[in-house]
Amino acid sequence: MWLYYTRLAWLSLKRHPLLSLLMSGAIALGIGAAMTTITINYLMSADPIPEKSDRLFYVQLDNWSPNEPYDEPNEPPDQLTYTDATALKAQAPAQLQTALAQSGGVIEPQGLGKEPFLARLRLTHNDFFTMFNAPFLYGQGWSDSADETGDRSIVLSKSANEEIFAGENSVGRTVRLEGKEFRVVGVLDEWVLKPRFYDVTTGAFNEMEDAYLPFKLKETMELPNSGNTNCWKMPEGEGFKSFLTSECVNFQFWVQLDSAQEKQEYVSFLNAYAEEQKKLGRFPRPLNNRLTDVMGWMEHENVVDDDAEVMMYLSLMFLAVCLLNTIGLLLTKFSFKTGEIALRRAVGATRMQLYQQQLVETVFIGVAGGIGGLILAALGLLGIEYLYGDQVKDLASLNLPLLGIGILLAIISSVLAGAYPTWRTCRIPPASQLKSE
Amino acid sequence: MSQIGPIFRALMRNKVGALLIALQVAVTMTIIVNAIHLINARGDLMGRSSGLDEANQFYVTSVGYANDFDAPYVIDTDLGGIRQLPSVDDAVQINAIPMSNGGWSMGLQTKAGEGENSVPTALYMTDEHGLNTLDVELIAGENFKATEISYRDRNTRDWPQSVILTEALAKSLFPDLSPTEIVGQTVYIQSNEPLTIIGIMDHLQAPWTGWTTVNHSMLVPNKFDSPYSRYLVRAKPGQREQAIEQVEQFMKQREVGRMVRETETMTQVRMDSYRGDSALQAILWTIIVVLCIITALGIVGLVSFSINRRRRQIGTRRALGAQKADIMSYFLTENVMITSVGVILGIAGSIALNMWLVSSFNLPRLSYIYLPIAMIAMWTIGLFAVWGPALRAAQISPAIATRNV
Repeated sequence: MWLYYTRLAWLSLKRHPLLSLLMSGAIALGIGAAMTTITINYLMSADPIPEKSDRLFYVQLDNWSPNEPYDEPNEPPDQLTYTDATALKAQAPAQLQTALAQSGGVIEPQGLGKEPFLARLRLTHNDFFTMFNAPFLYGQGWSDSADETGDRSIVLSKSANEEIFAGENSVGRTVRLEGKEFRVVGVLDEWVLKPRFYDVTTGAFNEMEDAYLPFKLKETMELPNSGNTNCWKMPEGEGFKSFLTSECVNFQFWVQLDSAQEKQEYVSFLNAYAEEQKKLGRFPRPLNNRLTDVMGWMEHENVVDDDAEVMMYLSLMFLAVCLLNTIGLLLTKFSFKTGEIALRRAVGATRMQLYQQQLVETVFIGVAGGIGGLILAALGLLGIEYLYGDQVKDLASLNLPLLGIGILLAIISSVLAGAYPTWRTCRIPPASQLKSE
Repeated sequence: MSQIGPIFRALMRNKVGALLIALQVAVTMTIIVNAIHLINARGDLMGRSSGLDEANQFYVTSVGYANDFDAPYVIDTDLGGIRQLPSVDDAVQINAIPMSNGGWSMGLQTKAGEGENSVPTALYMTDEHGLNTLDVELIAGENFKATEISYRDRNTRDWPQSVILTEALAKSLFPDLSPTEIVGQTVYIQSNEPLTIIGIMDHLQAPWTGWTTVNHSMLVPNKFDSPYSRYLVRAKPGQREQAIEQVEQFMKQREVGRMVRETETMTQVRMDSYRGDSALQAILWTIIVVLCIITALGIVGLVSFSINRRRRQIGTRRALGAQKADIMSYFLTENVMITSVGVILGIAGSIALNMWLVSSFNLPRLSYIYLPIAMIAMWTIGLFAVWGPALRAAQISPAIATRNV
């Protein structure tokens, strides 16, 4: 029976090839546009570390000016001072916690024909690698004592290791960075976080760092600030030390809390810490500490570009137009077949059978539209990549779940488009149509 | 016009089909109005002047890494050499590049003391060649003197005595004074440190193109003692490519323990800075064009079908004396009626969508001038689409009425 319906549907579609093309083409365009923008939004809002994103928390303390909040309405700064970042690391009651800072420096690879290059540096504590599941190719993170003393240990990214050591196991060898010798303790495997959630202050989709160094080196090597530095009052006194003891924020802080109880303890600690600082004359604003988990922080920092969201809504409306278009066309086309349908009813076909038969035709259009739509989405994403360049690197590619969404969207669309016309056509009483002809 | 009655009654017999076209027109119009509004808003952003001579400027970054790297020596000799190059007009060390989205900002206030009202501004450190290299004009006061220029490093906390402000910044600080009167006034940086305004320049954008006070900039007579230093170069008109080549060659042949990073022209800086905006424009244009085509094709398809169904009626009308023009005008009028319903719904939709975009995404409010334009566009698309089928309908021979089906 179904085979017969399929043949009938095929014949019906073939009778009006342009119309069939128009209907499935409209669905394809609608799905293509919707899938392109859904992909971008989906990947921008993806959970970068799903296995533990609800156990990692970003710490904010309010050290800002008594006269005005860091941001309306009463938002604490999005980063910490050096004083607070180091104090939390030393005193706070968590198994795993790490301060972070961006920096930069020149690496001079040894060997003929190798040019020095400016490396993106991440200053951090060794907990960083455990907390964020950094994959090691060789070696491991540095020791606890390196965290304390600011030992010149370095963990290289895979690409930096390729640049400097041609991809060999370089653990134990030395790298020259900012005129100083560093000992390689680990080399990471390919590691790309989209978004690079642990520091989104200068853009959520920035590239990963070339090398990771102990946080303490910020102080001992006076490494330059990178990223955003914000101060509500100027550092007092002279020299680099005065910056580190100032109220300028340039540092991020993450903590891993595995249970509600741990979180509770941590919150109490933060409150006590803030009160203590108030006694020392700091933190002039009311108590305003924040602990935000990964996805909460991504939302707070508005990681999904507004433009991408606006485009997604516009393209969903676009899909709606395409569907209305197809509904209208199907309706008219089916109403043209009323004679045939009435005749079939009269000779004994049930309404259900007719319904199925019409539905097969709709599904044909839907499937063609869906396939066309996915192809168009792939093209659309190429277009987006061309238009935005590096800004959307790795954000413009279809993956398995997205293909699933695409197929689902195509099915829903074609059913939506086909349901009403089919239903209306099959409602025809057999006699009326036969009479008029 | 006398046709409107019968057309309306005929339409009521196929309400759903007509309603679908009307809805399609409404949603299409909603999208088009808001998309064009967004395109224009971005166009306005991109059309703002940076105040620079972008076509002839570029910058190059030098990063010292040798242990004995002597920044002030390298900077001074670099600049001396670059300024000598035949294709170079002028060059300056600068801490931030306009439109690059990275830089320094500070607050200025007209009264000393903490908690006083403070006006944010971008800060550019340049020497006395700054005005010429940036291509900004003084509208009052004077330029820095060579003797005023001092070196600072990242730990320097105090500021030089004199500053040059953009007119926009000066006006924000002293709304009641003219530029000439503002010259000589004192403003305070870091709450308490006095600065004397020695000059007012016409226009220079801050580095952050999305900043609310993007026209607030000030020049400070400083050079920056750091291994990481940027030179902004202004080539002689039309000689940018030669200048880039000469500057790169000059810098790379000097062996002073530094690396020279890629040169970037101001044209590229602008493109990178507004890349998202121009991409959004391109995408929206594509959506608009495709949408118009789809809507038009949809109308063509629907009308063709309804004409096919009414072949005998049309033939009968023709046999009873209707002219070809009458048949044409029947379908054109029908289309205008349907489109008009769509357009009315579209106005409501456009405004509603815009209100939602304004509240959810902080986008600018719709200018109502777009509505009549979009209405005319929708009617035109409708008529354009229906023209062909209607013309074919008019060709139906009266004889068809006499035939049996």
